[in-house]
Amino acid sequence: MQSIVVENIVKTYCVKKTVVEALKEISFTVEKGEIFGIIGPDGAGKTSLFRILTTLLLADSGNASIDGFDVIKDYKQIRNRVGYMPGKFSLYQDLSVQENLEFFATIFNTSIEENYDLVKDIYQQIEPFKTRKAGQLSGGMKQKLALCCALIHKPSVLFLDEPTTGVDAVSRKEFWEMLHRLKLQGITILVSTPYMDEASLCDRVALIQKGEILSINTPKGITKDFKKPLWSVKANEMFRLMNAIKENTEVESCYPFGQYHHVVFISQENVKEKLEEIARKGNFTDFEVQLIEPNIEDCFMALMKE
Amino acid sequence: MNQFLIFVKKEWLHIWRDRRTLFILIWMPVVQILLYGFALTNEVKNAKIAIFDQSKDEATTAITNEISASRYFNLIKNVHSYKDIEATFREGKIRLAVVFPLGFRNDLLHTNHAQIQLIADATDPNTANMLTNYATAIINNYQQSITQNEKLPYTIKTQVRMLYNPELKGAYSFVPGVMALVLMLVCAMMTSISIVREKEIGTMEVILVSPLKPFRIIIAKTIPYLLVSMLNIASILLLSVFVLDVPIVGSLGLLIAESILFTVTSLSVGILISNTAKTQQTAQFTSLMSLFLPTLLFSGFLFPIENMPIPLQVISNIVPAKWYYIIIKSIMIKGLGFTAIWKETLILVGMTVILLSISIKNFKIRLS
Repeated sequence: MQSIVVENIVKTYCVKKTVVEALKEISFTVEKGEIFGIIGPDGAGKTSLFRILTTLLLADSGNASIDGFDVIKDYKQIRNRVGYMPGKFSLYQDLSVQENLEFFATIFNTSIEENYDLVKDIYQQIEPFKTRKAGQLSGGMKQKLALCCALIHKPSVLFLDEPTTGVDAVSRKEFWEMLHRLKLQGITILVSTPYMDEASLCDRVALIQKGEILSINTPKGITKDFKKPLWSVKANEMFRLMNAIKENTEVESCYPFGQYHHVVFISQENVKEKLEEIARKGNFTDFEVQLIEPNIEDCFMALMKE
Repeated sequence: MNQFLIFVKKEWLHIWRDRRTLFILIWMPVVQILLYGFALTNEVKNAKIAIFDQSKDEATTAITNEISASRYFNLIKNVHSYKDIEATFREGKIRLAVVFPLGFRNDLLHTNHAQIQLIADATDPNTANMLTNYATAIINNYQQSITQNEKLPYTIKTQVRMLYNPELKGAYSFVPGVMALVLMLVCAMMTSISIVREKEIGTMEVILVSPLKPFRIIIAKTIPYLLVSMLNIASILLLSVFVLDVPIVGSLGLLIAESILFTVTSLSVGILISNTAKTQQTAQFTSLMSLFLPTLLFSGFLFPIENMPIPLQVISNIVPAKWYYIIIKSIMIKGLGFTAIWKETLILVGMTVILLSISIKNFKIRLS
């Protein structure tokens, strides 16, 4: 069964008399119990998409439905069954952890006791601080509390808008482990993130850029689409190295990636030798070159260029 | 129902935990009442005056004694020339000077005609007017006392009786005024800010994506402020009865019922403001500009509406505080019953219904 169906959704905003297209005819579907990732940089249209699906915004055109309910006509039914965690931390800073959870449980006609099992794993981590004000929690704990609040009424579809932005690496890892446990309960999860490394943790991802979906596939499928060999290089002077590589007419693209530069050539003959020659000519030291497997970010960079 | 109660509880916790705002909410009316009661009064007491007595006879001494004995005046200086009077005025030491001409008693007894000059500092016209009136009254008194035994052929005597407020106390008019002001501010400003705050911090997004009905959200948000304003009414009434000696002549029940009605009016104004405001500052500023000033200017509590130009008089009709002010004055000071104020009450009810239905209809079930 399809949990989320999105068909040709268009959303535009008028900013100072110029029309900005936030979403350009987006379509995709999400199966029940799937973790579907919306991956894209800031300003790609992720939040607009989430707000349309959670009935908070009206699309200019196109249809969308959640569990078979139309986002415009049946918004009341949808509001009864989805959980939503907005990008901005949206809890009451002056209420304690427990008061926040109790409030959100009650306005969704349930109680903490009733669905305690669902949030137990997460809530146990913040339970020692349950009398602390939400405003005094650390970033990771705030996100966990927000997730608890979004989950407490046992939603059938969970919308998480950049849940891990501003959260430390350990908490991010824990957070994703939680999402996988929730998936086992049959909850459909639509999650957006600007972090490419989180894409591989989703069942399927949609790469989105400037309101357009570049590709929808499984994380493995997306990396498989990357046809050309990818080289990773490193030397003592990275900035000069980048310029030297880009000067070569046979180079298709070269971009920094952590401590390395990732390089793709147009033709694939003797690439390693060509790179070594560039290094020799430019008198670079500590030169390293190696053939690597592309990851999602490489695919995203390649798709953006097309 | 549970949903509703937890919302009210949450709203109450917000108010309770923001101690600074709570402190202001509770003490603002008390401070205002005390300020208007004791400091900012337009009654004249102990105005400093000087006397230039050129004849120094029996009559001038008697009048001088009468004047300086009155509670309105405080004689601080005897001057000896017109130049002196001007200098004293310039120094700002006195508000009024009384000048007796040479041979005052002589003129009075022999020509039947004597003059006294009153010179007032009219930089503040109202005070100048009042002071000359008081002084004239004292002088007239003296005249009556000396002509008491003689039979004058034709005399008209005025018998003045100040109804409802025999002592002419300012408190009688500002207590209802402060009530209108405080209720408008607390209810309208605080609710609009509290609704807009939810939009600002993003919690509105989550609340909207819940089964809670918009109507209930609004009502739940306003109830705690309704309670706070009831507390304010109580403190204002207690202060005015026990500290300022302004009695509640009419029915206390009716007074409270009308106050609740006005509170609801103010709350609907607040909700209306929150519909359009995007930030807390905008909400606060709009409330101040659209409520505080009109309430102050057009309720009739500081400036009489009858004296305003016609266009302003017309505008004053759409200020809810004006009608509330009339109602409270009628009940509290005049002791009138509902039959005397049903029209004003009906106007307030009408305003409330219109405001409330507009604001609930405009309450956004979506973000934009």
